[in-house]
Amino acid sequence: MNGAAPMEKDVKLSIRNLYKIFGPNPMRALEHVRAGMGKPELWEKHCHVLGLQDINVDIQSGGITVIMGLSGSGKSTLIRHLNRLIEPTAGEILLDGEDVLAYDEKNMRRLRRHEMSMVFQHFALLPHKTVLENTGMARAVRGESREDYQDDAIKWLKRVGLDGQEGQYPHQLSGGMQQRVGIARALASDSPVMLMDEAFSALDPLIRTDMQDLLLELQEELQKTVVFISHDLDEALKLADHLVILKDGMIVQQGEPQEILLNPNDPYIVDFISDINRARVLRVRSVMDTSPDDPPAVAGEVDADATLESVIALSGGDTALSYKVLRNGEQAGYLNMQKLVRALVPTEASRDGMRKSSPAGSA
Amino acid sequence: MATYDFIFNGLGLRDWCDKDATTGPMSMADLLAQRTGGGPTTSAWDLPFPSLDALNKACPAIARTRDLTKGVETSFLDIKDTLKIVLDPVTQPLSWFLEGALYAFQNTPWFIMIPLLLALVYFASKSLKLVGFVAFSILFLAFIDHYHFAMQTLAIIFVCAFLCVLLGVPIGIAMSRSDTMQRMTIPVLDMLQTLPPFVYLIPLIFLFSVTEPKLYGIAIILYAIVPVIRLTDLGIRLVDKEVIEAADAFGMTDRQKLYGVQIPLALPNIMAGVNQTIMMSLAMVVIASLVSAPGLGVLVLRGIRNLELGVGLIAGLGIVLLAVILDRVTKAALARVNAASAAQRNS
Repeated sequence: MNGAAPMEKDVKLSIRNLYKIFGPNPMRALEHVRAGMGKPELWEKHCHVLGLQDINVDIQSGGITVIMGLSGSGKSTLIRHLNRLIEPTAGEILLDGEDVLAYDEKNMRRLRRHEMSMVFQHFALLPHKTVLENTGMARAVRGESREDYQDDAIKWLKRVGLDGQEGQYPHQLSGGMQQRVGIARALASDSPVMLMDEAFSALDPLIRTDMQDLLLELQEELQKTVVFISHDLDEALKLADHLVILKDGMIVQQGEPQEILLNPNDPYIVDFISDINRARVLRVRSVMDTSPDDPPAVAGEVDADATLESVIALSGGDTALSYKVLRNGEQAGYLNMQKLVRALVPTEASRDGMRKSSPAGSA
Repeated sequence: MATYDFIFNGLGLRDWCDKDATTGPMSMADLLAQRTGGGPTTSAWDLPFPSLDALNKACPAIARTRDLTKGVETSFLDIKDTLKIVLDPVTQPLSWFLEGALYAFQNTPWFIMIPLLLALVYFASKSLKLVGFVAFSILFLAFIDHYHFAMQTLAIIFVCAFLCVLLGVPIGIAMSRSDTMQRMTIPVLDMLQTLPPFVYLIPLIFLFSVTEPKLYGIAIILYAIVPVIRLTDLGIRLVDKEVIEAADAFGMTDRQKLYGVQIPLALPNIMAGVNQTIMMSLAMVVIASLVSAPGLGVLVLRGIRNLELGVGLIAGLGIVLLAVILDRVTKAALARVNAASAAQRNS
């Protein structure tokens, strides 16, 4: 494992040594897995499916943690462990340091009602309730009357861009609008943790981009702890403060997305990231020199969080230039255009031959 | 000499067989054999299947098939009295309901009853066209002097269908919640549905007196309750898994989930079950006239017994009219439920 990003924020949710095995006798199978048996072997010899294997993730408070993987990698299983829609075979889940798995039914219900809300891939709205009632669902479940939650629900609907739709039924809305209701429902519950299970995967690409922007915008304002599941790398890189890549129920790599992009530690990830538009994803801060030996002549100033794409546009394609990098108005370093261009070439490891031999790549 | 003598001789069981050989009553086959004077035929083609009767010929100690049916009968008669002690009070309200409904339907004057029924139809269907059709049908039945019989039939169906829903929906819910419960209930439902209706009249006749309304009430309920149970179970199991997951994720209790999510979403299926249940009670109420259920079925029965062709056919027509009315009204009610929720599914 590569080093996790420096911890600036508190850990809100923490997953420790989590295992999930599907089958009639998971505890027996767990012994085999702990003894080193792999997923295919476990299936062939013992007919148990290894869902998750030794998962360790620290989810920072106030950040978006994206768990990414292809279908079957166990990402949806993992997120359902956080509010125990699925019970783990072994391991710990700590919320603010408390072991969620030790909760009895009553505490569990309190956690689901007050601590965590969830957004679903296919929206999962109640079809026989209006948009307003759906938005207030979490509050109604707690026993609040319609009058109590109505104003709040309307406020959140307005916030996600569904002004005046509160009397409609879900089927009268488009997919994108239904998911806005799903998000408003999660927000209206006022829970600090928001679980989003492939929340945007069922939407059209353009609407998906809109929704991603909406989420980032809301996040800027609300600073919720978001756990986001996605199978789309572009989406993951756009949203993630912390990216966890799952494969066959195991974490292949986790860390800051830029870090993973520049230093993939596994051929699987190298393959994964070889097709994305690096100029749009990489940020100036990831490729700048913080303390060059001699400050170059600068052609201008750029922001540390600007994408490389925007800098290329700024420079007009001239690779001889250098820029001063600012973060919050203060100088943070220098950006050399040649270095920028080099960073656009996919990791050396992704070239044929390197893929299989050495997983340790470097930019 | 019987065909299978050799088995018992070979096994040395001859003594056991003949020990207390009481020649029981002769079977018809024995009598015939005696009359024709033919001994046992020896051709291999005539080898009888080693059934109880055939083995009994060789070894009288083995019971005959008619002893089996006799045994079933005596054991039923033995437990009958105990069973009655339990069943009588439990089912007594059914008799009261039926008597009450029959009394109310027959003693309300027609000029109050018919508008009341039409109002009910309008309330369920919100369709004036249907109200018109129902009015025409009932007035026609009244015109040909079948009004009272039709009201009797209707009263019985109202009570039985209502009780079917009252009992069937909770059973269906229990089935949908537990796979074990479902596995245990389905064979019973299969049996109730496939058993010829006449067959379960037989033990009921032994259990209850034919003058008690609950006799036919139980027969109708047993026969008609199956679809509402099945479709409640199915409807709840078909509720979108993700919606159930959302209900769980937001911390709903089981009760909140049942009343707030599962039943409302299963309602179209439950209503389809209610429709089927009503149609099946109508089918059964005709057969139940054999055990003194009043109504149009009595006329059909008279038609069969006395070969009164016209009486039987007209009563049959009346039953068809009632069936169409009940079906259309429940379907219209179902369509209204569906309109509210079907569009939600294919959004």
